[in-house]
Amino acid sequence: MTDVVLKSRLDKRPIQEPTAWDRLMVNRNWLGLWFMVPAAIFLILFLAYPLGLGVWLSFTDAKIGRSGEFIGLENYEWLMDDSTFITSVFNTILYTTVASAIKFAVGLYLALLLNERLPFKAVLRAVVLIPFIVPTVLSAIAFWWIYDPQFSIISWSLKKMGWISTNIDFLGDVWNARWSVIFANIWRGVPFVAITLLAGLQTVSPSLYEAATIDGATPWQRFRFITYPLLTPIIAVVMTFSVLFTFTDFQLIWVMTRGGPVNATHLMATLSYQRAILAGSLGEGAAISTAMIPFLLGAILVSWFGLQRRKWQQGESND
Amino acid sequence: MTDAFIQKVSDPKAILNASAPGPDSSEGMSYLDSLPRRLVTLYLPLGIILVVLLFPFYWMALTSIKPDEQLLDFEKYSPFWTWNPTFKHIAKLLFDTDYPRWLWNTMLVATCATAISIGASVLAAYAIVRLRYRGAQWVGGAIFLAYLVPPSILFIPLSTVVFQYGLFDTPFALILTYPTILIPFSTWLLMGYFKTIPFELEECALIDGASRWQILVKIVLPLAIPGLISAFIFCFTLCWNEFIYALTFISSTQYKTVPVAIVTALVDGDIYRWGSLMAGAMIGSLPLVVLYAFFVEHYVSAMTGAVKE
Repeated sequence: MTDVVLKSRLDKRPIQEPTAWDRLMVNRNWLGLWFMVPAAIFLILFLAYPLGLGVWLSFTDAKIGRSGEFIGLENYEWLMDDSTFITSVFNTILYTTVASAIKFAVGLYLALLLNERLPFKAVLRAVVLIPFIVPTVLSAIAFWWIYDPQFSIISWSLKKMGWISTNIDFLGDVWNARWSVIFANIWRGVPFVAITLLAGLQTVSPSLYEAATIDGATPWQRFRFITYPLLTPIIAVVMTFSVLFTFTDFQLIWVMTRGGPVNATHLMATLSYQRAILAGSLGEGAAISTAMIPFLLGAILVSWFGLQRRKWQQGESND
Repeated sequence: MTDAFIQKVSDPKAILNASAPGPDSSEGMSYLDSLPRRLVTLYLPLGIILVVLLFPFYWMALTSIKPDEQLLDFEKYSPFWTWNPTFKHIAKLLFDTDYPRWLWNTMLVATCATAISIGASVLAAYAIVRLRYRGAQWVGGAIFLAYLVPPSILFIPLSTVVFQYGLFDTPFALILTYPTILIPFSTWLLMGYFKTIPFELEECALIDGASRWQILVKIVLPLAIPGLISAFIFCFTLCWNEFIYALTFISSTQYKTVPVAIVTALVDGDIYRWGSLMAGAMIGSLPLVVLYAFFVEHYVSAMTGAVKE
């Protein structure tokens, strides 16, 4: 079709020198600029600008409906003496470490299991991912009901089996509440880790395992010296994301405990919501969320550089 | 590292179906294990994990169809099953609350935000991968970094921005802010897909006199349809899942999305609320599960292609 169009155009007019406009229309940089415009508008207006604004707000005493004055580091100094903030930092670190470690262990185990020969393999894998598909808030509500102080199905089952005599107060007791939300987070995160690691496992050739078995390797040695090294690059990416999104989690906590009991499950994200939106101190809330950034950068750097060293084993250049 | 993912992205079926891909097609060593051994080391742990993963959904579904008197009385009726299911909770939810409205809001916001994001990402990804303008690599890197910025550190300044722009408490607040989560993700994913399309095809078209726009629309996009579907499904799920922006930027009940409305509007003091709460949670997740069931492979390839929780 294009041929026909070209031909007719050539018939009508003699060959022209390309004008400046024609040159501009095939210029990569100029075209590239226009192609980037829609994405750039969104990312600058709603991502880069607010990110900078958030840091600025954390140095002001802004309240909802009133733009603040610059007050330097006062918000941060104030937070340092705030025991609730210190607890929330402790909780966030506990939540992230425990949940990520268990998610990794269980996820890797599940991936290894799913990599075996199984009947209905495709269906099983699809089903495993369901907890990750369902909106977090909605499954958090289901957990809220499962953790109900009076009508918890877990308490009831344990009582029937005679292991406990009174109901467990899952979300009312400080440490119980912490472990309960951590469990819910693990429950939601395991499928993601498992399915992504499974994708990595499938690139490992079975003949490596056969060779190792002939050489007398035990199952543990096969895992330790074949599976694990070959999987390291993917583990690095998966765990970086897992840590990142566990650290900034908001939904699960907000739905199940709202930070209670007595602020025992407040994460930095939920505390900043409470301070900034519910209590109206935008400056202070912004200071809490800005305080998350160094932790996040640290987590990303550790998991990225700590685990990425063995790139060459995937057959990539060691840069 | 990204390239390794891209290879997998280009072959999503392999992730779900293949039992032994790779250069050799040997059967592996599973035939060496006896059945009892496999029962203990494989089926038993797998069964336990599956039960734990699926139990909350079973409990959710069961609660939403149990009659009130069975809901709280575990002694008289077995809690794990019901012989007389009722649709009372679901009916109450659909006819006595604004639930259909919230469902519609969620659908509208998710569809619009996804469409905007995919449009913007297609252009951006094509420009970064194929136009390779000066500094394209740096822009690619910046987009990957944007992808790591979590909503929970952005919502406070964004709420003031949304207020300044006069979008507060309108669906546009969500339609215009969700793309900040979606664009980095889908650009990254589509960059991977576009890289797999042979460059020669575009060169042919250029020689035939096609403009860059024609190349994108007539050659690249038709070839990248699997990638577009993956990006669409994943973005749609992310929108549906989004909570913190919707909670912060929307205050009137009529504009709320399902996750926010369930948490803020549906939770009342009623002790029999659990039935309708669970029904709300179940109906709210059903559209996504159905969508997922049809496009499992695309979903998995999107997830492994551009890892995000």
